[in-house]
Amino acid sequence: MLKLPIYLDNNATTPLDPRVLEAMMPYLTEVFGNAASRNHPFGWAAEEAVDYAREQIAQLIKCDPKEIIFTSGATESDNLGIKGVYEMYSQRGNHIITATTEHKAVLDTCKHIEKLGGRVTYLPVNEQGLISLEELEAAMTPQTILVTIMYGNNETGTIQPIREIAAIAHKHGALFMTDATQAVGKIPVDVIADGIDLMAFSAHKMYGPKGVGALYVRRKNPRVKVTAQMDGGGHERGMRSGTLNVPGIVGLGKACEVCRLDMEADTQRISAMRDRLERELLTLEESYVNGSREHRLPHVTNISFKYVEGEGLMMGVKDLAVSSGSACTSASLEPSYVLKALGLSDDLAHSSLRFGLSRFTTDEQIDFAIGHVKEAVTKLREMSPLWEMFKEGIDLDKIEWAEH
Amino acid sequence: MAYSDKVIDHYSNPRNVGTLDKSKKNVGTGLVGAPECGDVMRLQIEVDETTNTITDAKFKTFGCGSAIASSSLATEWLKGKTIDEALSIDNMEIVEELALPPVKIHCSVLAEDAIKSAISDYRVKNGLPALEAEKAHH
Repeated sequence: MLKLPIYLDNNATTPLDPRVLEAMMPYLTEVFGNAASRNHPFGWAAEEAVDYAREQIAQLIKCDPKEIIFTSGATESDNLGIKGVYEMYSQRGNHIITATTEHKAVLDTCKHIEKLGGRVTYLPVNEQGLISLEELEAAMTPQTILVTIMYGNNETGTIQPIREIAAIAHKHGALFMTDATQAVGKIPVDVIADGIDLMAFSAHKMYGPKGVGALYVRRKNPRVKVTAQMDGGGHERGMRSGTLNVPGIVGLGKACEVCRLDMEADTQRISAMRDRLERELLTLEESYVNGSREHRLPHVTNISFKYVEGEGLMMGVKDLAVSSGSACTSASLEPSYVLKALGLSDDLAHSSLRFGLSRFTTDEQIDFAIGHVKEAVTKLREMSPLWEMFKEGIDLDKIEWAEH
Repeated sequence: MAYSDKVIDHYSNPRNVGTLDKSKKNVGTGLVGAPECGDVMRLQIEVDETTNTITDAKFKTFGCGSAIASSSLATEWLKGKTIDEALSIDNMEIVEELALPPVKIHCSVLAEDAIKSAISDYRVKNGLPALEAEKAHH
């Protein structure tokens, strides 16, 4: 029996893998020591667990275990990376380059930098959601200290040309940071080969617990430093004070290990389901995939269904937990800024659904989702005056809509 | 956001979805809203010219559940009413009947506008002056 609603919002968060929970359990109970307590076995056991987690993480992203700074999640990592670099390298310059489709944790941090007197360039993206390397190159100045571009987009799954971006940043003497929250654990991420200097990621997007993440900070070629944004006991090589969240860190470590070992099999299965879902939904007329289908995370598809209104659509797919392109906060219906940046009109952005699959998604669930979405879209279109006009060949752009 | 049972009922089983022949002289059509605002309602009435009574009403709506429910309810209420009675339908009656939250009041306003716009279209088709647009509550 299928249990409803079906969870297909795994870009928002993933369920905890039972293997991860099992690894965490002792550290929520008997092994409760403070990893910074150097004087007794309670502290040693906690520290050992943290060090082991560092190794598990390092193996997944191909770094040195010492290069991992634990945080409360990707938002904190983004803040620490951007603000930390801005302060640490203020002698060298005050210019940061990012993109318009970044997560708010990056965009709002950059806005904060602007308030502090820094200069930020927000690169546009093309209809595929990709930045232009030529525009990046042109935006680089001698004052540019940081280029921060996300690995894979949370709404569309679009993967940026990370290596090429890193190379351009380095050529001009800037550091390269990436918010890889959606990518780490899902696709091979190799900080050395990719040329990444700082990288933010989080446990709960890869079947780990909420409230724990990390910032990778390169230690050599070059040695990167960030100023602490949290003052205190000098944990994490002085870059992030605060008692370590040992059970969370153990969970992050285990989640990384499972992702590393299962990645190939998971990707194959998940992307096959994603492709089937997408193929089936695209059989509906006037439905469009948002973002690049070529450069894309394996578990995501974002589809707009024209002539169907987003909120009505969400109500129609009530047996699915998905996200829509309408961030429908209180009275105002704001279309997704990411989809708008791809050049989508407001109505097409509103009528989009984001499907995020996971390793726990089943074929049976996908079958149900396909039928459920098709039924809702068809029903709403039968009810939609815009669909009728479209079918009659009326150009909706030429209609003078009544002011309201 | 939680929808009221009545909104869910109208959304799941909308009454009077469809299209009337707008070339007929006794059919009035109102098309209100705009796609970029997220709501477009088309409401049509068919009028018995001898009694001035609405004999049929149909709608099609592009919008959220509350917009669909408001227009569905409006068509239910319109059938059997005289033109004058239909003109007296106030959006707040729709708000009350469907228990719409404040952020969805605009859906009821749109439904009232659609009713008036359909009646006005019917009037113009039959040689009467158009209704004065009442925009005071916008």
